[in-house]
Amino acid sequence: MPDQITMRVARYRPEQEEEPTFDDFDVPLRKDWSVLDGLNHIKDELDGTLSYRWSCRMGICGSCGAMVNGEPKLTCATFLTNYAPGPVRVEPLTNFPIIRDLVVELTDFMRKLGAVQPWLIREEEQPVSEGEYLQTPAQLDEYKQFSMCINCMLCYSACPVYGLNPDFLGPAAIALAQRYNLDSRDEGEHKRLTILSQPEGVWGCTFVGECSRACPKGVDPAGAIQRYKLTAATAAVKSLLMPWARP
Amino acid sequence: MSAPSSYFARLHKPRMPLWWWLRRRTYLAFVLRELSSVFVGWSVVFLLLLVRAVSRGPAAYQEFLDRAASPWLVALNVVTLAFLLYHAVTFVNLTPQAMVVRLRGYRVPPLALAGSMYLAWLLVSAFLAWLVVG
Amino acid sequence: MAKRTMEPFVWLLFSGGGVAAALVLPVLLLLFGLALPLGWITPPDHADLLGLLRNPLTRLGLLVVCALALVHGAHRFRFTLQDGLQLRPYDAVIATACYGAALVGTAFAAYLLLVAL
Repeated sequence: MPDQITMRVARYRPEQEEEPTFDDFDVPLRKDWSVLDGLNHIKDELDGTLSYRWSCRMGICGSCGAMVNGEPKLTCATFLTNYAPGPVRVEPLTNFPIIRDLVVELTDFMRKLGAVQPWLIREEEQPVSEGEYLQTPAQLDEYKQFSMCINCMLCYSACPVYGLNPDFLGPAAIALAQRYNLDSRDEGEHKRLTILSQPEGVWGCTFVGECSRACPKGVDPAGAIQRYKLTAATAAVKSLLMPWARP
Repeated sequence: MSAPSSYFARLHKPRMPLWWWLRRRTYLAFVLRELSSVFVGWSVVFLLLLVRAVSRGPAAYQEFLDRAASPWLVALNVVTLAFLLYHAVTFVNLTPQAMVVRLRGYRVPPLALAGSMYLAWLLVSAFLAWLVVG
Repeated sequence: MAKRTMEPFVWLLFSGGGVAAALVLPVLLLLFGLALPLGWITPPDHADLLGLLRNPLTRLGLLVVCALALVHGAHRFRFTLQDGLQLRPYDAVIATACYGAALVGTAFAAYLLLVAL
């Protein structure tokens, strides 16, 4: 195994250039090094001006998303040896505006997460004296998969619909909504209907399925969205045929 | 717009290229799946033309069959059939991901759901073939 | 209250059309597009086929399949144009053209199956 690998890292320094460029760096090719280790080596030893996000380096915080050879990946979970002999191309996550180097603008994503009301909604809160809301393991299984999202945004990078239409609510936000809709303790499904059953909500999704392929935590947002289409369509028919019924 | 200072953030907003769907095999497979819609439309038109020919009498019916045997139409229909099969297979294979089916509280496993759809496809096809030529 | 949108209803028709197209169209196209014209199977007599088509169940069944398949194709094609050719700003025109074509096709099918036969 060669002892070095070239990392071709996208740079964007708005104070000195109009367009993003690439800088090549030779980093040690250690068998246990992730792309993130490579980036940290570059910043520590080769070019301290490189800007990128990272935190836990173990695939749970969702900070280190980037495009590695054109694929959305967590840099902490992607290993340099898998790209030997290289070069490894590292670019910021697609479909997001770039602030600097590998750092992208997250505001739209954060706003969309909040827009689906991602908390347990109750008609009436149970008083504390009555204890916790109980839930069987089977009830937990209904939504558990959708609760595994680490908000890493790889699915938004993978989604061509989001790339073409930034108004699209997006995979993670809808999967998050489903995490609550399918939670037996939640009574707020009808409240989330408004934002979900929109052309920019679930109806914008054409089931490309790339989001589920990109997800590092196995969430399957594509499945969550298609399942919600059926729920929303049923609700629409019900409200048409029985307008007096409570949503 | 004033000259950027070192504290001025100018966001770089990437544009989606027109040929985005050629960049990845899965994107291309997706677009081909979506294009099957054109061939679904053509199949319906073709079948309606058949119905029209049959309604006009035996001569028109024979003429329809003769026309359908011409090389261009055969080629078109071969491609159409390929796309129809692609549509059917992708549709059945994606259904378990898109839909959770419960029988008496028990969740039908994805393979069983897809399998039963393929079985239905086989039975319907056999039945229709028998109706037409049996 | 959700902004009144037709999308859920169109999607239901699209899904139904997907099932109809998947189950019924391949075998029919195989038969009438290839097997019969190319003589792999002896074509049924005109009289037999006419009798089969004239059956009310066949008429209704074919009409439903054609209508649903046309809506399915129209819906999918509309989104293919929007995403594939990035024509989203013209969605109103494209949607009207696509669903309009499906409507015309359904009307043609209804005329053929219910009146002409």
